[in-house]
Amino acid sequence: MFKMTPNIIHNLFHQKATRRYPRVVRPAFENVRGALFNDVAKCTFCGTCEVKCPSQCITVDKTAGLWIYDPFACVFCGICADICPSESLHQQSEYRLPLAGRETIMLKGEPKHKTEKTAKLMKEINDDTKD
Amino acid sequence: MPKTIIPFGPQHPVLPEPLHLKLTVEDEIIVEVFPALGFVHRGLEGLVIHKDFQQMIQVVERVCGICSMIHAMCYCQGIEELMEIEVPPRAKMLRIIWSELHRIQSHLLWLGLFADSFGFESLFMQFWKIREKILDVNEATTGNRVIVSVNLIGGVRRDLSAEQIKWILSNLCWVEEEIGRLESTLMSDYTVKKRTAGKGVLPREKAFELGAVGPTARASGITQDLRMLGYSAFDWLDFQPVVETDGDCYARSRVRFREVLGSIDLVRQAVSKMPGGEIRTKAKGRPEGETCTRIEQPRGELLYYIKANGSKNLERLRIRTPTFANIPALLSILPGMWLSDVPVVVLSIDPCISCTER
Amino acid sequence: MLRDVNCLSLEALVGEVAKIKVQGYRFVTLSVAERDSDTFDIFYHFDKNLTLKHFKLSVSKGLPVPSITPVYLAAFLVENEIQDLFGIRFNGLVVNYERTLYLEPETKVTPFCRCTVIRTPGVEPTPDAATASEDN
Repeated sequence: MFKMTPNIIHNLFHQKATRRYPRVVRPAFENVRGALFNDVAKCTFCGTCEVKCPSQCITVDKTAGLWIYDPFACVFCGICADICPSESLHQQSEYRLPLAGRETIMLKGEPKHKTEKTAKLMKEINDDTKD
Repeated sequence: MPKTIIPFGPQHPVLPEPLHLKLTVEDEIIVEVFPALGFVHRGLEGLVIHKDFQQMIQVVERVCGICSMIHAMCYCQGIEELMEIEVPPRAKMLRIIWSELHRIQSHLLWLGLFADSFGFESLFMQFWKIREKILDVNEATTGNRVIVSVNLIGGVRRDLSAEQIKWILSNLCWVEEEIGRLESTLMSDYTVKKRTAGKGVLPREKAFELGAVGPTARASGITQDLRMLGYSAFDWLDFQPVVETDGDCYARSRVRFREVLGSIDLVRQAVSKMPGGEIRTKAKGRPEGETCTRIEQPRGELLYYIKANGSKNLERLRIRTPTFANIPALLSILPGMWLSDVPVVVLSIDPCISCTER
Repeated sequence: MLRDVNCLSLEALVGEVAKIKVQGYRFVTLSVAERDSDTFDIFYHFDKNLTLKHFKLSVSKGLPVPSITPVYLAAFLVENEIQDLFGIRFNGLVVNYERTLYLEPETKVTPFCRCTVIRTPGVEPTPDAATASEDN
């Protein structure tokens, strides 16, 4: 019976083994693949993210300048953010918060002329898939 | 003696995933077992029609929710063999580090579930507390806890900085210390031994004949670990498979426990021998031909048969997971046992049914 | 690429598998791939000392295949799965689920390769009946 008593006394007066969530929240690590955001000012609407996405959650309308994203179909793999030629897609370190209803994110921007750098990156990506 | 048929599963507190066993019982002793699968069949092999071979990496990762990186690694190795791409040495070593971390967290998960199966809940929580540290390492280095998505055809997506490596090593020291504290509780406790030693014995010849793989086979004395093949940079590391001879549940838990310590040692070796250089090679072209790749998953031997014909989509992807091979072995262990020992024995082969049914 | 592949005929299958068992090979698995619209390629994978050996059997759709479960009992699970997913029928299966392992009793069409299967357990589909129903 007295085998556990030292343990009990130690546990009463020392630091707790678990974090007191939700009062204490561990800050997110850097480079965690959290929610996806598109900086629509930089987006050239090239459509590469739509082609490469494994879960087909992005639709890009080149002529109208629309970038439509379904956050509930997204698996947060980050392939689109890695491959975006204009570097407008990026992932936050925080996960997407739960939502009450199913929403689609629709962003409108100006379809721009591609810069030389974007055109070169896109050509490299397309060469990979067409060879 | 009248026979009763008792259904075990598909929902059972001990099982992580649904598996149905129809047990024919005579006076508490099992006479016959009839398994039924198909509760989580998602038909992932059929997705090759719709997704191209690069998008299939994300699909293949999601076959299993515990050892997902190893599926992706096997798939990438198969495609790289077909496309004749040489993966840079640094990428190979990084893949090993992440796959050994996966093995540690999978075995810690199993050890926790095993303790929970005979009612030792506090030990279950202690093992999972240690597992959280490994998941933190995964999250900080790759971006996610279990489905790490770090494999690409031709290499890996993320690199490890020197600071991260130091942090990983200090975490592994903590993990090793904590596991050392729990070793005597799991391995030498009187109740644990009573519940597991001598139960569910799988003799060596039966294990070989029924095609058992992984720790289930190694606990019966068969020295068979695919890491001895030397795939991906394992031939630069010093590795010895862990083998026990008793073949009962206690031996299987011992094998997995010692493998955790072995994997910690492998990660340390990999970090000390880490080569510099690139982390990926550009993958040009499309795969053509057929190949069979094998890798050692935490539960055993994973086999991928890939058939490609030069187009964007693969023609056939066949995945043979280790639990699929261990279920016939389970069916030979169960007859002759007490009904109350069934949960412990079924859990001791580490059933991962979502892998089995893809 | 696949090394060490032996092509076999239907009659020689069980004999070769029995020979390989005596040589000490462990059974790994079976894989099925569709070669063209009326042939399946069935691969049998065996392992000894970490080296794989494969047997390849090309069989036309609708023809029953002899089962290797009398030799390797562990093959019953994968042969039942192939019966469910591809519609290939195995003769002499020691434990036969009659296409209920993954599929429901109402399912008429097998998931892979869209082969229509006649849903009467215990009745072997004749080659004519199977090809006639494929046209549906």
